Amino acid sequence: MEIPKSFLGYKRENGRAGTRNHVIILPVDDISNACAEAVANNIKGTIALPHSYGRLQFGADLELHFRTMIGTGCNPNVAAVIVIGIEPKWTKKIVDGIAKTGKPVEGFHIERTGDIGTTMKASKKAQEFVMWASEKQREECPLSDLWISVKCGESDTTSGLAANPTVGNLMDKLEPFGVHLCFGETSELTGAETVCAKRGATPEASEKFMKTWNSYNDFILKEATDDLSESQPTAGNIAGGLTTIEEKAFGNFQKIGNCKFIDVLEPAEEPTKGKGLYFMDTSSAAAECVTLQAAAGFNIHLFPTGQGNIVGNPIEPVIKLTANPLTVKGMGEHIDCDVSKILTREMNMSQAGDELIKSTLRVANGRLTCAEALGHKEFVMTKLYRSA
Amino acid sequence: MATDIIIHDKKDNVGVVVIEKITPKQECACWIMEDDSSTNIQSMDEIPLGHKIAMVDLNEGDTILKYGHDIGKVVKSIKKGEHVHVHNVKTKKW
Repeated sequence: MEIPKSFLGYKRENGRAGTRNHVIILPVDDISNACAEAVANNIKGTIALPHSYGRLQFGADLELHFRTMIGTGCNPNVAAVIVIGIEPKWTKKIVDGIAKTGKPVEGFHIERTGDIGTTMKASKKAQEFVMWASEKQREECPLSDLWISVKCGESDTTSGLAANPTVGNLMDKLEPFGVHLCFGETSELTGAETVCAKRGATPEASEKFMKTWNSYNDFILKEATDDLSESQPTAGNIAGGLTTIEEKAFGNFQKIGNCKFIDVLEPAEEPTKGKGLYFMDTSSAAAECVTLQAAAGFNIHLFPTGQGNIVGNPIEPVIKLTANPLTVKGMGEHIDCDVSKILTREMNMSQAGDELIKSTLRVANGRLTCAEALGHKEFVMTKLYRSA
Repeated sequence: MATDIIIHDKKDNVGVVVIEKITPKQECACWIMEDDSSTNIQSMDEIPLGHKIAMVDLNEGDTILKYGHDIGKVVKSIKKGEHVHVHNVKTKKW
């Protein structure tokens, strides 16, 4: 298949391009959710991103909170942002971070005004933003404007046999076009960690990966009550035939094809070394991982599943693919790309990769994903440790 | 020819069932992805889609190979054609 050289995206002030044109209402903290949701309810075409944290965090955990908030606002799938927090200082810090992209952003704090007054002021600005954004048109953008993140979930053996290698095939075909790529899931590489480390493009990248994985493993050995056998593999994984974390990890690892990773990113860290594949230190919980990748600037997500994970994200479209015929049959409304014919050998890996490229470009051009049509907007902040 | 079982790598001692289920005494056609070769095996158990079958006799302490890699250890001996899963294989990590 000849791969199209461009897609239709929204060009942003900082040179990036989006596959979506969202106006978001971003609460700084848990107690500002109600006000943010009230604004989104008032002004049609905006979305609120409620979450559970943002108070009394400190150190690396607080830095991650700000990085996720600012990164979410900066994502090119977002046209404009309203930030609402309880206090002015943290609200301003997030507004200033997002403003560096050049996109419209305005902050409101609730203290001394209350929910009702803040909702009124923020709604007026949100209306202005959404009407401005509604005039933005899709334009031709080079394929290199795609930043593709990947994560698998509710995996079974069909993931490792077919759906994950399909993603790997897409990576092998699109990497030469200069796209940015990202995989994560530190915990679910356990058992394949030394094989994964060898896929670093440089000794520094390999070393950084092993350091990241070792730090995760030390944490597990310290905190786990017995082992991870209740969580890794999950009950869903086991029902699907996966027996051990090692088996799951080698299946997971198929997603990167033959690509080598050029750097290891902190959670929600924006890549700065140019095109190519990056590893990000993330949890393997679906919504947490996708939220971090979206906050790092990735604008389209590929999600292979076996038993049928249903996750979505409010700003980054999540494309689901599966090779499990029972999942296609039982919950087809969640599956954007069916590659189950690989198992019957009616489709080879290259054909499956081509099908996924077609699905990816259709979604990049504006086709809704199953998760978007079904209203999946899971926005889940990663928290590193307890608050003060 | 229809494929009942897929094996990732020539070195692997397990295969994955890719039809809805296989039944005891079923003659199964296996496809080895690595070199596009074929083999066959008679099953001993009923094994559902996505679950593994032993391609050889395995003893306690043996290593299970899939993708050509170590994915765990045998904790209860397994006969060729039997179901391989959490009841007879465990991780080496914990």
